[in-house]
Amino acid sequence: MASVNNGVNIDALLAAREALKGAPAAANFTWRASCKWQNGTHATSTVQGFHGLGDEQKHKTEFSFETDHPEVFASEDHGATPVELVLVGLASCLTAGVATVAQNRGIQLRSVEAKLEGKMNLYGILGIDSDVRNGYDDIKVTFHIDADASKKDIEALVAQSQKRSAVYDIVTNPTNVTVEVV
Amino acid sequence: MIGAGHAGLAISRVLTERSIDHAVLERGEVANSWRCERWDSLRLLTPNWQSRLPGYPYSGVDPDGFMGMPELIGHITNFAAASAAPVRTHTTVTSVRRIDGGYRVATDQGEIGCRCVVLASGAANIPRVPQLRQAVPERIECFTPFDYHHAGQLPPGGALVVGASATGVQLADEIQRSGRPVTLAVGEHVRLPRNYRGRDVLWWMEHAGVWNQRYDEIDELDRARGLPSPQLVGTPEHATLDLNVLSAAGVAIVGRLAAIRDGRALFSGGLRHLFALADLKMQRLLDTFDQWARQSAPGVEAAPPEHFEPTRAPSSPRLELDLRSGEIRSIVWATGFRPDYRWLEVPVLDRKGELRHDGGVIVDAPGMYAIGLPVLRRRKSTFILGAEDDARDLVAHLAHYLADGGRSG
Repeated sequence: MASVNNGVNIDALLAAREALKGAPAAANFTWRASCKWQNGTHATSTVQGFHGLGDEQKHKTEFSFETDHPEVFASEDHGATPVELVLVGLASCLTAGVATVAQNRGIQLRSVEAKLEGKMNLYGILGIDSDVRNGYDDIKVTFHIDADASKKDIEALVAQSQKRSAVYDIVTNPTNVTVEVV
Repeated sequence: MIGAGHAGLAISRVLTERSIDHAVLERGEVANSWRCERWDSLRLLTPNWQSRLPGYPYSGVDPDGFMGMPELIGHITNFAAASAAPVRTHTTVTSVRRIDGGYRVATDQGEIGCRCVVLASGAANIPRVPQLRQAVPERIECFTPFDYHHAGQLPPGGALVVGASATGVQLADEIQRSGRPVTLAVGEHVRLPRNYRGRDVLWWMEHAGVWNQRYDEIDELDRARGLPSPQLVGTPEHATLDLNVLSAAGVAIVGRLAAIRDGRALFSGGLRHLFALADLKMQRLLDTFDQWARQSAPGVEAAPPEHFEPTRAPSSPRLELDLRSGEIRSIVWATGFRPDYRWLEVPVLDRKGELRHDGGVIVDAPGMYAIGLPVLRRRKSTFILGAEDDARDLVAHLAHYLADGGRSG
């Protein structure tokens, strides 16, 4: 197992897991994002600070994300659409999970690629048909994984990644959302 | 005329006034839906004085009260008699087909040829139950407003009421009072106080002109036509029945029922948004009343403007409920109704099965009309008092069509 290296520091993660068991308050995290309107449907969102382990924390640098809509929506296309970013969030969460679980299970990964498709009927957001929801009505994730493991083990790997994925949970289960204007 | 409810009878009355020969076909008795398809305790949510029909005002002793079903059935039956409406009861229409110069209406009592057909069979023939009904665990008993008569039918224990229209809030209230703890799943809803500034809120709807707003003056007509009924109930106490009242009575409010997965009901987390929306729209409507009172009716007798507490959001609404745990024993689907046009063999329905019509004048079917559908010609179209103006407009169109030899449409 020592020869397996997916670049995941599994010992540190397992140690953190043990430490948090004895410090439940430290396990409460608050993630943050800020968004600033640019023009039209173009906005810039940034993330840097978050709260966790009982203290304020910070990414090494501020990360920035442009969002907009494509020209077929009469927009200027300065970035991905917000719904595409949701797919990005889901894909990257599941992929990180695959790497972590593989490390923990002693499976050497050579390549992990995911393709995502989210289906949506614009009748929802355009307000044409109230029976059509605004959001995705179907999301499909297809993984291509090359690893030192049987297909069955790889499937189990992906299943475990889903089981522990925050974004998978966010997308598949309801979340209480409060929107305020101050 | 297909259907001898208040709408069909209103058309009949106006046709009689104009000496236009006609028949009213009724599958059961006059006011059949009110007789057979309503729960026991139901009262109209409009006050009695608003239950006027063409040439037939309410003449009882309690103009501010709310009719129960027996009174309403009496009211409509007496109207039919007073109008000498040519009703053929126990005559079920089995098909309507286009023929040269008009329509052929087949019934279980024989066929009738006619130049015009008015569909007055109602907007609420079939309870609309969402697909996710299929995923409800078998041991839970399901009801629709058509098979619900009283809370005693429900098994003891918790009940989930899905939908917060007038039907949903009324049934939630009644079931909670019966000792069965109710969870109410709330989607988009219309909040109204029973009284505003000392008058019934529907008095304001009528006098401030909101109910008279025409279909061709409404920006989002499809939306207006699809709105759930307002959260009102007609009680002797003239009590308000909004979500704050229900929460105070112990009803657990949850978000829209989004899915049932592995026996667990999942509720949307967007409850606060829906509350804010309903509060905002209510306030906007009440502002309209105030503005009307100020500008157009300075002499109106009304108390000063009132403000209502915002809908209180539960601090952490439940997002999940295990339907197999025994906590919930029954589900009442108060998720709306749809009309039944299975007998209509004329291609006049859109892709969603709704009539394509312009204010009740059916598109691509000259001589065919509809009445009694939501916001048909005015915001008040589905209410009892809404039938008269719509009937007069449609009969005027119909009379012109007949006089023109059936060429216009």
